[in-house]
Amino acid sequence: MIFFQYLANGLILGGLYACIAAGFSLVWGVLSIINLLHGSFIVLGFYIAYFSYTLLGIHPFLSVITSCVVLGGIGYFIQLGLINRVVTSSVLVTLILTFGLELMMNNAMLVSFSADYKKVLLAHPLGIAHLGNLFIPLDRAASTVIAFLLILSLWLVLRLTSVGRAIVAVRFDRQAALLMGIDVNRTYAITFALGAALAGAAGSLLSVSFPIAPLSGPLFLSKAFVICVLGGVGSIPGAAIGGLAFGLLESFGAVLFGSQYALTLAFVVLIILLLVRPHGLLGVRGF
Amino acid sequence: MTRPQLLLLVIFVAILFALPLLGNNYVLRLATTALMYAVLTIAWNVVGGFTGYPMFGMAAFFGLGAYSGAVVQSSGYPVALAWLVAIVIGSAFAVVLGFILLRLRGHAFAIATLVIAEVLSELTNGWTSLTGGGMGLNLPFFGWSPTALAIFFFYAMLGLTAVALATTYVVAHNRIGFALKCIRQNEDAANIVGIDTSRYKIIAFTLSGAFAAAAGAIYASWTGYIEPSDVYDVLFSIKPIIMALLGGMGTVFGPVIGAVAFLALDEFVWRNFLQLHTGVLGFLIVALILFLPSGLSSISLNRLWHKTASA
Repeated sequence: MIFFQYLANGLILGGLYACIAAGFSLVWGVLSIINLLHGSFIVLGFYIAYFSYTLLGIHPFLSVITSCVVLGGIGYFIQLGLINRVVTSSVLVTLILTFGLELMMNNAMLVSFSADYKKVLLAHPLGIAHLGNLFIPLDRAASTVIAFLLILSLWLVLRLTSVGRAIVAVRFDRQAALLMGIDVNRTYAITFALGAALAGAAGSLLSVSFPIAPLSGPLFLSKAFVICVLGGVGSIPGAAIGGLAFGLLESFGAVLFGSQYALTLAFVVLIILLLVRPHGLLGVRGF
Repeated sequence: MTRPQLLLLVIFVAILFALPLLGNNYVLRLATTALMYAVLTIAWNVVGGFTGYPMFGMAAFFGLGAYSGAVVQSSGYPVALAWLVAIVIGSAFAVVLGFILLRLRGHAFAIATLVIAEVLSELTNGWTSLTGGGMGLNLPFFGWSPTALAIFFFYAMLGLTAVALATTYVVAHNRIGFALKCIRQNEDAANIVGIDTSRYKIIAFTLSGAFAAAAGAIYASWTGYIEPSDVYDVLFSIKPIIMALLGGMGTVFGPVIGAVAFLALDEFVWRNFLQLHTGVLGFLIVALILFLPSGLSSISLNRLWHKTASA
C-alpha cells in the first residue's frame, strides 16, 4: 500500500519539523517575537554537525550536544545584549531587528562556508528497513526519535524546573512575574537560548538527511511559521503535533498537487488557520 | 504645511526636475531607484504608518505589478496600457487580500502578509507558459538611446511619486486619514463610535497595493528583464519599513526623506563592501533599530551642536 508509505514518510519528516518549530514557537509565545534568525540558527547547527563529522569524525547525532551548547550560548547573548533592548516594542520593530541580524549571520556564513550545498555522507549508514512493503530510512527515523526526545526534555524543563516555571510565569503575566521577583530579562535570555539550542539541534539532525546551503534558513523558517500556527503559538506539545501534521501535509500534498507547490499549499493552510483557528489545532493557549 | 516646509519642497522639486540636465546616467539611475523606493515607502506608510498594521507584504504587490505589466507589454501592447493593467490587477488583488487578511491583527497579520510574496513567487514560477517561470521574462526593447530611456523612466517614476504623495496628503487631511488614525489608536473604540473600520482599512490597503503595483510595472519596463526571485524579493517588503522608520512613520513627507537617506547609505555600502554588502546592510538595520528607534527626526541638530561644542 503506497498510502502507508506516504504516511510513514510524513511522520518521519514530521519529527524533524517538530524540532524545527518547537524553539521558534517557544520564543514567539514567551517573548512575542517572530524570530527570523531561527532559520539561520538551524543552518549553523547543520554546519557544526557537518564539520564535526568531516574533520573530526564525530557522528552528527553526537554533535547535537555541541550545537545545543554553541547555539544556546549565542542565543543567550543576542537576547541579553540586543533584543532585550526593544523586546516590548511593536512587532514591526522586533521583526525588523531579527531580520537585520539574520542578514548579518547569513552573510557571515556565506563568506565562511561558501554557497554550495553540503550534506553529511555517513561512512556507515544504518540503511533502510523493510517492513512488509514499507521502506523506513533508519538514519532519518533515528533523527526523528532524537528530535522527539529533545522536545520532551524541553517540555519537562518547562514543567519541572524552577527556570521553566519562571519562563511560563513570564509568558502568562510579565508584570506579575516581575513583582514575584523573577528576573524577566534573564528569563527572556534563557528562553531565547533554549529556542536557539533546539534550532541548532534540529540543524544537526537534518544533516544526515538533507543537503543545506548557507542561505537555506528562510526555507526552514517558513515551515516553522506554519507548524507553529498549526500547533498553537507557544505550546510545546502543539509544536510536536503541528510538526507531525505538517509532515503529513507535505507528504500527501506533494502527491496531490505536485511538490513544486509545497510552500504555496503550506501557506494557504497557514492563512486559513490564522483566520479560523488562531489558537492552533489543539486550541491550547498555555504549555 | 508651514512656510519653510513649502520652501524646502519647492527647492527639492526644482532639483528633481533639473536632474536630467546633468546628463549623468548613473545619477539618474540612482535617483530613479530612490523614487521607486519612495513610492513603495509612501504606499507602505498608508497601511503601516497610518493604521499601524504591521504590514510585511509590499513585495507581493510590487512583484504582481511587475509581472502583470511585463506580461501585457511583452504581448506587444503599449507601455502605458501595461502599467494601467498592472495598477488594476494590483488594486483588485489588494481588495481581495485586504478583505481576507485585515481581520487579523498583530503578529498574525505580520506573518500572513510576509508569506504572500512567497506564494505568488511560487505560482509565478509554476505558470511557465505565461510568465516564463524561473527563466524570467524579457521585455521588448524600446529602441531608444540609453540617455533617453534613463530620462523617460526617471520622469515616469517622478510622476508616480508625485501622485502617491498627493494622494497620501489628501488622505491624511480628510475623513479617511482621521479614520485610519483612529484605527491605529484603538480599533475597537473606533468601531464603537461608528467608524466603518473594515471599509477604511480596505481602502488604505488598496491604495497601498495600487501604488506598489505601479512601481513594480515601471521597474519591469525599466530593467527590461524580471524573474520571480528578483521582484518578489523579501527586501522589497522590508526596506520600505526601514525607510519609513527612518523618515518618521505616519507622516506625509517622512517616507521620501527616509527613502533617500537609506538609499544613500545602501549605495555607499554597495560600492565599498561588495562581498559583505548584505551583512553591512543588516548591521545598519540593527543599529538603526537600537539607536535611532524614532527615526532621523529624533536627531536634534541643536542638541548635537551643543554636545560637540561642549566636548
